Amino acid sequence: MAQDMQAQHHTPEEMRRSYLFGYALAIILTMIPFGVVAFGLVSKPAAIFIIAGTAIFQVFVHLRFFLHMKPGLMPRENFMAIGFAAVLILIMIGGTLWIMLDLHYRMMI
Amino acid sequence: MTAEAQTPPVEAPEIPEIPEIPEIPEIDVMGERDFGFWLYLMSDAIIFSLLFATYVVMIPGTDGGPTAQDVFDLPRAFAETVLLLTSSFTFGMASVAVLSGNKTHVVLWLAVTAVLGLGFIGLELSEFTSMIAAGAGPDRSGFLSAFFALVGTHGLHVTAGLVWILVTIIQLSRKELTPLMRSRIYRLGLFWHFLDIVWIGIFSVVYLPGVMGEAF
Repeated sequence: MAQDMQAQHHTPEEMRRSYLFGYALAIILTMIPFGVVAFGLVSKPAAIFIIAGTAIFQVFVHLRFFLHMKPGLMPRENFMAIGFAAVLILIMIGGTLWIMLDLHYRMMI
Repeated sequence: MTAEAQTPPVEAPEIPEIPEIPEIPEIDVMGERDFGFWLYLMSDAIIFSLLFATYVVMIPGTDGGPTAQDVFDLPRAFAETVLLLTSSFTFGMASVAVLSGNKTHVVLWLAVTAVLGLGFIGLELSEFTSMIAAGAGPDRSGFLSAFFALVGTHGLHVTAGLVWILVTIIQLSRKELTPLMRSRIYRLGLFWHFLDIVWIGIFSVVYLPGVMGEAF
């Protein structure tokens, strides 16, 4: 039973390398947006774009190297669950922002 | 009496169907628990995403009070980020130690993770208390209510994770690295890494655009 746990498919050395690599990538992807904002390197819209890009990239880095989401290593059900959650989140965040910002626009102008 | 009690199992192997039945306990119990916990994390992610949506909608609702630019401190947010990210990494080292079966290292890395998590919570509490002392508490405006709801919920999760880590360390002082303990530590790891992923969203949506002002 325990052999089916996804972590068991790695050797300790492979796992260690995965965490180290993920940590290094995550540090870089954290430094970039904080650096851009702290030193005011680019214009505001460009900074927002960089923050969003590095954040999304970093989420995938965490999923892949910390949570080891890889087909074959994690059961397919987990991918279906995260896909379903992602769709719900997109609908709810997108729907909320769409409706509320439209409401702000209509109420204030 | 005992000799009689032991005779029935001898009869069992003569029925060829028997080997089929033990298949049932072979159902991947730990795998099912992992999947159940994964589903919980997904529903937690939905809670957080709604708190994020509420926060973004509430950003302009400052009621003439402090704005994001007035209350956020970039160096502190950066320190919190580094602490939490590093604790996620040290938890990874604990998982590596689980895999190589080294219980002492598991406890050690879990303790390091707990110290880093405690540092994160300490910084967050100092941020909250200084904000409340400066009249920027959750009762000041819709913006601040949404901020405290989002970041406070994350902080509560991290606190729960810390309690869970301490319980695990205590359990490890009494038990060996049994399959059950390994599975528990694996789920605790999922929880801890998940909280770090939520934090990526918090510093990218709350702190970084906040200190730039009027970002949305």
